Amino acid sequence: MCFIREKEKIMKKDFNLVIVGVGGQGQITLLRILEEAALFENKDFKGSELHGLSQRGGSVEVHFRMGKNISSPLVSQGDADLILALEMQEALRSLYYASSKTQFLLNKSIIPIPGEEVLKEDQILNSLRDFTKKIEIVEASKICKEKFQKEILAGVYLLGYAQKKKFLPLKRESLEEGIKKVVPEKYLNENLEAFRLSQS
Amino acid sequence: MEEILETQPGKKIILLGNEAVCRGAIESGVDFVSTYPGTPASEIGNTFWQIKEELKKLNPNFHFEFSTNEKVAMEAAAGAALSGFKSLVAMKHFGLNVASDFLHTLMYSGIEGSMVIFVADDPSCWSSAQSEQNTRFYSLMAHIPTLEPSNPQEFKDFTKFAFELSQKFKIPVMIRSTTRASHQSGPVILGKFEVGSSKLEGKFAKDPRRFSTMAPRVLEMKKELFEKVEKIKREAEKFHKIIYGGRTSIDKVGVITSGVSFLYAMETLKKLNLKLPVLKLGFVYPLPERKILKFLRNLKRVLVVEELEPYLEREIAILAKKENLKVEILGKGEKIEGGRIWKDRKAILPQIGELKPEYVEIAISKILNKKPSFNYQLHLKKFEKIKIPARPPILCPGCPYWWVINTIKKVVDPQKVIFGGEIGCYMLFSHKVINLQDYLYCMGSSTSVAHGISKMTKQKVICFVGDSSFFHAGIPALINTVFNQSNPLIIIMDNRTTAMTGHQPHPGVGDGKAINIEDIIKACGIKNVKVIDQVENQKEFEEALKEFLEKDEVSVIVARHICALLEKKKKS
Repeated sequence: MCFIREKEKIMKKDFNLVIVGVGGQGQITLLRILEEAALFENKDFKGSELHGLSQRGGSVEVHFRMGKNISSPLVSQGDADLILALEMQEALRSLYYASSKTQFLLNKSIIPIPGEEVLKEDQILNSLRDFTKKIEIVEASKICKEKFQKEILAGVYLLGYAQKKKFLPLKRESLEEGIKKVVPEKYLNENLEAFRLSQS
Repeated sequence: MEEILETQPGKKIILLGNEAVCRGAIESGVDFVSTYPGTPASEIGNTFWQIKEELKKLNPNFHFEFSTNEKVAMEAAAGAALSGFKSLVAMKHFGLNVASDFLHTLMYSGIEGSMVIFVADDPSCWSSAQSEQNTRFYSLMAHIPTLEPSNPQEFKDFTKFAFELSQKFKIPVMIRSTTRASHQSGPVILGKFEVGSSKLEGKFAKDPRRFSTMAPRVLEMKKELFEKVEKIKREAEKFHKIIYGGRTSIDKVGVITSGVSFLYAMETLKKLNLKLPVLKLGFVYPLPERKILKFLRNLKRVLVVEELEPYLEREIAILAKKENLKVEILGKGEKIEGGRIWKDRKAILPQIGELKPEYVEIAISKILNKKPSFNYQLHLKKFEKIKIPARPPILCPGCPYWWVINTIKKVVDPQKVIFGGEIGCYMLFSHKVINLQDYLYCMGSSTSVAHGISKMTKQKVICFVGDSSFFHAGIPALINTVFNQSNPLIIIMDNRTTAMTGHQPHPGVGDGKAINIEDIIKACGIKNVKVIDQVENQKEFEEALKEFLEKDEVSVIVARHICALLEKKKKS
């Protein structure tokens, strides 16, 4: 009984996710997968993305909100439950959405910014720790490069990881449905493999 | 994408706001769609571009085009509507500036079939290197009925309603959106699928009294437009939503809002567990005046939640004043601030930049003298202390424009030359590692501004023009340099596509018969013209640059090499 009540409490709350990275890391595809998974589970949800100028090698963030009667497509300041950072310097920018409740899931990857000094991993982590203690770093890019020769699979690998760690309140099957619906036939197998690899 | 053509009603699919406009138009049986690409409106064109052949199978009359610019697109859509068809034209806010000359007159004549104009504003300038613009003031000036949907479902349903309204009153109807509304995605329940309005052949029925705007008849037409708007006001009185209407709180505070701002208001009420009355407007022009007055009468204070300059707030304040209501209208007030700390009690929402859900929560908390759900100010202070390197967009690796940049840097003394920018990927020449952009305005302007500078100073100007923007607005400016004799060096950055907005075609490459840029230049009587692939023939490009910098008359280099992304796309 107790267990059920606890579960209901979790279900009642909205789930707020921000995915950050650099243009071209596949944020919009990840958002589509999450949305299809949420639709599959018959949950209400909203996504927010930006197109055009902002995508040319610049910072790109997408938002995903899920729960009951979701209105705003944007996550509020300090209100992210999970932040998925595909690039570590971009994690700093996402701190706008972070507070002590926020779980960070970081891809251990740094993409230099032309004309800027590259920040060190320690510097970045210290800043993050000022906001939340819940930080996990995964070598997703490295693993995907070794296994599939494709760093872009890091995103879907991290989705699998987040699901397994229960950072993401969606079922494994629903996310796989999402991947099947969103990813083109040609790339489907490697995406499913990357997703399952982090689950094993 | 194929889901957008799903014929089974009742099915739930995921659509972006903009894609839902397409679906709404398809469900209405749209016959003609035109656009010029521009973010945040580009998905309208991209979607129809992808499905146009499928739509043609369902409706043989169906036509889609990327027109040369927004004015041409709107005029073409009007032509289709004057011939009895259902037309849709889409553009971003600057596009409406280009098309506004035609729009104002078109409102006088009205149309025969139906016509919907979709315009997306870009608060915060996410994809706009020009200005923030509030298109609702055009609604007021041109007297165009304007709807503002909030979520993807409404984007679809409002589009259908817009077609019906347009048909009924024979008047163009606008749907106005903003970035966050257009680029939100969510579930949409599909409706019935109409297969074209027009199984019959189209016909433009001559009626100069209606369609020829000559004085003195033109003033009668204006009167007829006002009469139509007056009738449409009755429709507006029914087209809105009231939330928590019966439960006026002791504080007698309410909210009036529309579009994406409504979503932030609802989020706030949920977060703070409040039940304030909210009037959500469907029409932002004409306004449902009686409804608004009725709503105001029960309240002491009303917060108007809207993005950018206060349009609704002004209109509502005027209404309240006319009726001598004591209600206080709050919103932007007279104070202009960029989204952070608001000292003036009347100015609690920013005029600059987009709204965020927390801004609305702070505003509502402030009015009710309540604490927000989170200490936003403290958090912001902490956040602003972190050193975060900016990552502005930059040209892609392998972009052919890099060869233009490198050669200019090698040959030209940047202290002696002015660099004129324009709208397209090459506006990224402003990036600090490139730094070749001394001014930037709208499409077509790099050449005409260069003409003025060249005419009045001894400074040499190199101005950049994109291939798509050359056709859009560059040609009259080019002709002016010949007609009025000035000597800028124009570099046409021909990457064979409209790259920035997602590789749409333009007249220089087809879908139809391709038009040679150099033929147009030569036809203007310009002698100093060279077409060079700056990647393949770097030396030749360098020599041409040196030679043309010395010329006393206008000179043009067409730097022609395909966009690196498009080349990759074509190969795979």
